[in-house]
Amino acid sequence: MATTKRPPEDKTEPGGGAWRERYEATPEREGELFSTISGVENEPLYSPENVDIEYERDLGWPGAYPFTRGVYPSMYRGRLWTMRQFAGFGTAEETNARFRYLLEHGQTGLSTAFDMPTLMGYDSDHPRSLGEVGREGVAIDSLADMETLFDGIPLGEVSTSMTINGPAAMLLAFYAAVGEEQGVPLERLRGTVQTDILKEYIAQKEWIFPPEPSMRLVVDMIEWCAERLPLMHPVSISGYHIREAGSNAAQELAFTLADGFAYVEACLERGLDVDAFAPRLSFFFNAHLDFFEEIAKYRAARRIWARQMREKYGARDPRSWLMRFHTQTAGVSLTAQQPEVNLIRTAIEALAAVLGGTQSLHTNSFDEALALPTEHAVRLALRTQQVIAHETGVVNTIDPLGGSYYLEQLTNELERQAYDYFERIEELGGVIPAIEQNFMQREIAEASFRYQSEVERGERVVVGVNRYDVEEEQPIEILRIDPALERKQVERVQAVRERRDAAAAESALARLKEDAAHDGRNLMEPIMEASRAYVTMGEMCDALREVWGTWRETPVF
Amino acid sequence: MAGKIRVVVAKPGLDGHDRGAKIIARALRDAGMEVIYTGLHQTPEQIVETAIQEDADAVGISILSGAHMTLVPRILELLRENGVEDVVVVVGGTIPEDDADELRKLGVAGVFGPGAPTTEIVDFLKGAVAA
Repeated sequence: MATTKRPPEDKTEPGGGAWRERYEATPEREGELFSTISGVENEPLYSPENVDIEYERDLGWPGAYPFTRGVYPSMYRGRLWTMRQFAGFGTAEETNARFRYLLEHGQTGLSTAFDMPTLMGYDSDHPRSLGEVGREGVAIDSLADMETLFDGIPLGEVSTSMTINGPAAMLLAFYAAVGEEQGVPLERLRGTVQTDILKEYIAQKEWIFPPEPSMRLVVDMIEWCAERLPLMHPVSISGYHIREAGSNAAQELAFTLADGFAYVEACLERGLDVDAFAPRLSFFFNAHLDFFEEIAKYRAARRIWARQMREKYGARDPRSWLMRFHTQTAGVSLTAQQPEVNLIRTAIEALAAVLGGTQSLHTNSFDEALALPTEHAVRLALRTQQVIAHETGVVNTIDPLGGSYYLEQLTNELERQAYDYFERIEELGGVIPAIEQNFMQREIAEASFRYQSEVERGERVVVGVNRYDVEEEQPIEILRIDPALERKQVERVQAVRERRDAAAAESALARLKEDAAHDGRNLMEPIMEASRAYVTMGEMCDALREVWGTWRETPVF
Repeated sequence: MAGKIRVVVAKPGLDGHDRGAKIIARALRDAGMEVIYTGLHQTPEQIVETAIQEDADAVGISILSGAHMTLVPRILELLRENGVEDVVVVVGGTIPEDDADELRKLGVAGVFGPGAPTTEIVDFLKGAVAA
């Protein structure tokens, strides 16, 4: 699948030719692959002979088109990336305490993980929520929970990221309403809402409604934020979950950017001006273990986004061309075996993200193949970033690997593979038809199975799993979620429904349903009104389910 | 054996992490088994109904949401209530060791954690279904 240009066989380059002869005289190691984790073939050596770059056209200068070398002129010499550890478990009270702990230890931004029922648009007392409340994130049912979550945290001074997609509009409204209560003007609220529903259908699989009304909600949020919350990133277009679902690097790159272009096109169809919303679109990538491949992926992503935004979508504002992204190290690369080794994996992945020019970073904790992380493990993860930032010196020079023959060639190769995928998606009619035909889902399943087979054949070594393994007991302490929290949360949401002004809640919900049934009405104001009336997230989602229906995929493997 | 081993691969609960389930489904199929993959977000009732309808020899439950101690016992209970005694139930996912012990006591034949090779699961199922 991946083709790289072979070095010339003739003797026009005496140095290279002589080297190749000598190289081929020595046998290569056998049994292990020399391709990247994603299967991109690697040459043993890269030199000017097999790299096609034109400096100004392909690399340019930091902070300038096509942004291959970074989105800011000064990069980390001006400001380090934001160290943003994702946290959330139990009820809003437990997560509020973890937030305060992280802020006290030098974290510079907040990032909220929600539990499965919240992600799926169910309140904590819904029958489908049984056993899942507060397990993998925090349970947020209404504005009352959001008030507790940010208790004592001034929203005018922090930036908050919220990993929520199906019910993103409701959670953003809860956040804005807490801001209002704290007396912070909406235009000062900073943060990111994930809102990337397309990658849910492709990979993460936490959806509620069918694609079309979901896209309407996304565009409603983008439009509303452009008018009211100009410092909020209403969408974080995410490759992270695509990679975690088993894709390779090129698929992560291609499907994420294809999703990004789909949102741009949906906004243009709504009649929005590209430069009014594009500067607030942000991205979220994975940092996996194949060091150079990951760095190449980030650089290719910036270049493709800039070129398409300028050339295809006609954006004139340079801020619309530049791709800013958050990175998280690869959860999928963590092993349950010898878990301390994960510290090393995560450090290397984090280094790749930094050398790739990320704007913010989450480092996974070493115990996450077993459970949610303990405080101790989270602190070590944060320390990993601090060591990279302050001790290694990699921040002293912008894009220090730029110009590496290997890296530039790999950047070109990933870009080429991404464009191949764009064409295939186009042929299927675009992103949504491709999702409906299971195209991306199948591609990911294939890549995932290929990788697993390589590991099982021993062609890919996973330290502690298929080599250097030892007999071990479950050796480390893990975080346990108290099952009593679920009952507490169920009581809380029921108390909220008891306590609120029933008439106000009812009329707000009726208005939301009415507006949802009519195209062309932005739903953010009705959702804000319902939030202030303490209508729960699940009630709002139920109302919209009645109008729009739900989504079910045809499973493929 | 008279016929192919029939396995239902199931994803109960709300979590959407289906990489493992799909890899296992494919590895079992490649090993000659008849695989029925339920897809995501299944209730215990739906899974048991599928197991009965498909006349399954085994049910493989993939769960990474932390809700295993609620959902897996419920599936076992429903199987018993429906008089299904001979189905081999295995569980895969992030299951802490104490919980795995508890699940085995309740009747789960095997629990497989992260990093378990697919060949181990294939061999286990072949042995358990034949027994």
